[in-house]
Amino acid sequence: MSSLLAVRELYVKVADRVLVDGVSVTVGAAESVGLVGESGSGKSLTIKAAMRLLPRGLKASGEIVFDGQDVLTSSRKELARYRAGDVGLIHQDPRAHINPSRTIGQFVTEGVVDTGQMTAAQAREAACALMRDVGIGDAERRMHQYPHQLSGGLLQRVMIVAALLPGPRLIFADEPTTALDVTVQSEVMAILLEQIQDQGRSLLFVTHDLDLAAAVTDRLAVMYAGTIVETGRSEELCARPLHPYTAGLLRSRPSTTQVRRLEAIPGRPIAAYEVGTGCPFSGRCAFTEDRCRIERPARRELEGREVACHRAEELRECVS
Amino acid sequence: MALAWSRVVPRAAGAGSPLLLVSGAAAGLLTLLAVVGPWLTPYEADATDVLAASQGPGAQHWLGTDSLGRDILSRALAGARLSFAGPALVVLISAVLGTALALFSAWHGGWVDRACNRLLNVMFAVPGILVAVLSSAVFGAGFWAPVLALGLVYAPYMARVVRSVAVRERHRGYVESLQLAGMSPLRIGLRHLLPNVFPILLAQATYGFGTALADFAAVSFLGLGIQPPEAEWGVMVAEGRSELLDGAVQQSLVAGTLIVVTVVAFNVLGAQLAGGRR
Amino acid sequence: MRRTIGAVSGALATIVAASFVIYAGLSVAPGDPVARILGPRATDEARAAVRAQLGLDDPLLERYWHWLTAALQGDLGRSLTYRQEVAGLLGPRLETTLMLVAMAASLVLVVGVAVGVAGGVARRGRPVVAGLVALGVAVPSFVAANLLIGVFAVQLGWFPTYGAGDGFWDKMWHLTLPAVALSIGYGAYVAQLTSAAVEEESGKEYVETSRGRGIPAGIIVRRHVLRNAALPVLTASGLAVAGLVSGTLIVEQAFGVDGIGALLVQSVSSKDYDVVTAVSLLIVIVFVVMTTMIDVVQVALDPRERAGT
Repeated sequence: MSSLLAVRELYVKVADRVLVDGVSVTVGAAESVGLVGESGSGKSLTIKAAMRLLPRGLKASGEIVFDGQDVLTSSRKELARYRAGDVGLIHQDPRAHINPSRTIGQFVTEGVVDTGQMTAAQAREAACALMRDVGIGDAERRMHQYPHQLSGGLLQRVMIVAALLPGPRLIFADEPTTALDVTVQSEVMAILLEQIQDQGRSLLFVTHDLDLAAAVTDRLAVMYAGTIVETGRSEELCARPLHPYTAGLLRSRPSTTQVRRLEAIPGRPIAAYEVGTGCPFSGRCAFTEDRCRIERPARRELEGREVACHRAEELRECVS
Repeated sequence: MALAWSRVVPRAAGAGSPLLLVSGAAAGLLTLLAVVGPWLTPYEADATDVLAASQGPGAQHWLGTDSLGRDILSRALAGARLSFAGPALVVLISAVLGTALALFSAWHGGWVDRACNRLLNVMFAVPGILVAVLSSAVFGAGFWAPVLALGLVYAPYMARVVRSVAVRERHRGYVESLQLAGMSPLRIGLRHLLPNVFPILLAQATYGFGTALADFAAVSFLGLGIQPPEAEWGVMVAEGRSELLDGAVQQSLVAGTLIVVTVVAFNVLGAQLAGGRR
Repeated sequence: MRRTIGAVSGALATIVAASFVIYAGLSVAPGDPVARILGPRATDEARAAVRAQLGLDDPLLERYWHWLTAALQGDLGRSLTYRQEVAGLLGPRLETTLMLVAMAASLVLVVGVAVGVAGGVARRGRPVVAGLVALGVAVPSFVAANLLIGVFAVQLGWFPTYGAGDGFWDKMWHLTLPAVALSIGYGAYVAQLTSAAVEEESGKEYVETSRGRGIPAGIIVRRHVLRNAALPVLTASGLAVAGLVSGTLIVEQAFGVDGIGALLVQSVSSKDYDVVTAVSLLIVIVFVVMTTMIDVVQVALDPRERAGT
């Protein structure tokens, strides 16, 4: 399957500190991929790099190919076209990411109008239609309101509408529900998925929530310390994790059916630049042996998945 | 004092910026000049010599002479003392007033704090130079009228920075435990809150010194502060003003440059001490 | 609305309080107005008569009340120096001062904001702007005045060295150097705050959102960064313009411009207290009105404030 987006050996550095350490991930047409990891694992930076939105001072190297075009080397014009029409980005915190002094209508339509994709009138009409689709009642009135007059859940729907309006082929969603009230999280997630699947769009979904990611994506990539430690089809990966870190994540989430003590992963997550020569997870892994501390495990195929662990075969039975 | 310094210096050194070193050295040098300057004068500061009036810089008079033949270098050096003493007192008065007000309002909180805040806001709205001029009207022109007025006008700026730190410290657990242990508010304020406030107060005072020096010199320039023939930089600028028409620029240039360099040095040093927060 | 009413009543209270402080302060100032009026050889009876006429033996509060009610009817007292009604003294001088302030304010707003925006937007220009600002803030207007007079009036002869001129264009020509001297400090202040505000807004998340949507950088700067930075810039500009008014004290004196600033300084020197009271109160009123306007406009500009209280 040819992929719509292919990230190959992506490194993100600030000065000489590595933040993203050789990430490779692909998203096919109409495919949903989850990028899962704790905060600081480099998952959001990967998305930012894929949109060339890294904060000043951070340098990306490697290859990020969207539909045959390398994003990292594309010209200013190509980049503008890519951001404006090919991809859409949904941020974690809609309240911070929407200008408080402009109306909802101005926010939703400015992307397509300023990049010449629609006239103002077309954009308003399309935006209202889309707002009704995502369950925003009285869209006309909302268009004239200011962000502070809307609830967080409603505002995130507005953000979704804004991202979808140009009809992008790929949506980047960076923890789209984390900042919302628990009661509206699943609703917003469902609306987002509906819009993506019905239109055959692709999704790269970044989250720390492994369960949520497994529920909404086709494939998962688990990140730790700036690198991908395991990838696979979502249901397989959750049912039978191969990497001890994935297994640890699965064990540390609360169960909905039984009350039991959670097993936290001991130690604290580390950043990519804190990793020594060995396996990034060796400091916290229950199965660490000498080799893990000295030699960095490469990603390799196992059971049709990819895993970066020296002892994956022998641990197959114990970790899950 | 020693304790407070040890808190300031490591942080400042940690910043390690060349701006800090340069501005610190300049401010230190100028202050030293203000202290010992009057003893370094090559001529008597008010010795007139009509035969050598309005000379440009030369071997006899390095920076030239004014229209009465007084040596400009001597007047600049002698004038440094008054030019510095005025703003130094302004900063001292405003620091004491501002800190007292800030600690008082932060300690009591509630409506006292709100009332003090209102008062500060009104005081912020008062133009300093106007108050200084009016003060000269009431108390008579001279050294003290502008010093007292400016000390009062600058107090809110001190109070604002001190208050923010004091409010934060006030709600730390240790203050409450000291209070429970029976320590008086005054002692807690002096012994525990003040040292925490000191670094930011020093930064603000340094910054304020530059502005106060300019304002103090301005009052003298207007003829309502230090009176000629006393040497002071603002007075020198005023005297230089009338010499300009005869094409004699040296007095204006020397006094003006000294004022600007001093203000820049103290402004930059204050901003650096505050950690670039200003 | 409630905030607006609060701001306006606070302003009125401040003005009344300031008028009392100024009046009370000057009433204890040295100098004997009776001697000024009658001369040194007056008889005791004549002195007593004048004292009674001026109400100098009445209690302070009563005198203040008389002054206040008279002032509200436009009677600001008499100048001892000019032997003239104070109100009549103010008229033409106020015109000169307002023109000076207007010219300086235009310079502060245009140059200050432009330099600040340049420093905030163009990262490479930032050290240059920071250096200019540090220098500009530190140059007192009376020092700048000497420099400008020395270079542009005496050496180059482009501008007059003294006075305010007659007629609009002549006045403008005369007031150019004073306006420049007056605007340097506040211009630097506005530039500094503008550049900081623009820099801060440029780092906001919603700017990143717009960049992520492929919107051209020029549009982002204009519509998001500058629009949202406008509020702090407006505040700083308002304070700066208010400050310019009291700055005229120094600049008018330095350039020999006979506006109300110079009038105040001269009246303090000559102990002409009716004039001092009137002029200083006028400056306070302008200052308070400016700061109140900033407050009110702030509320009007911010949709959150507007919808709130």
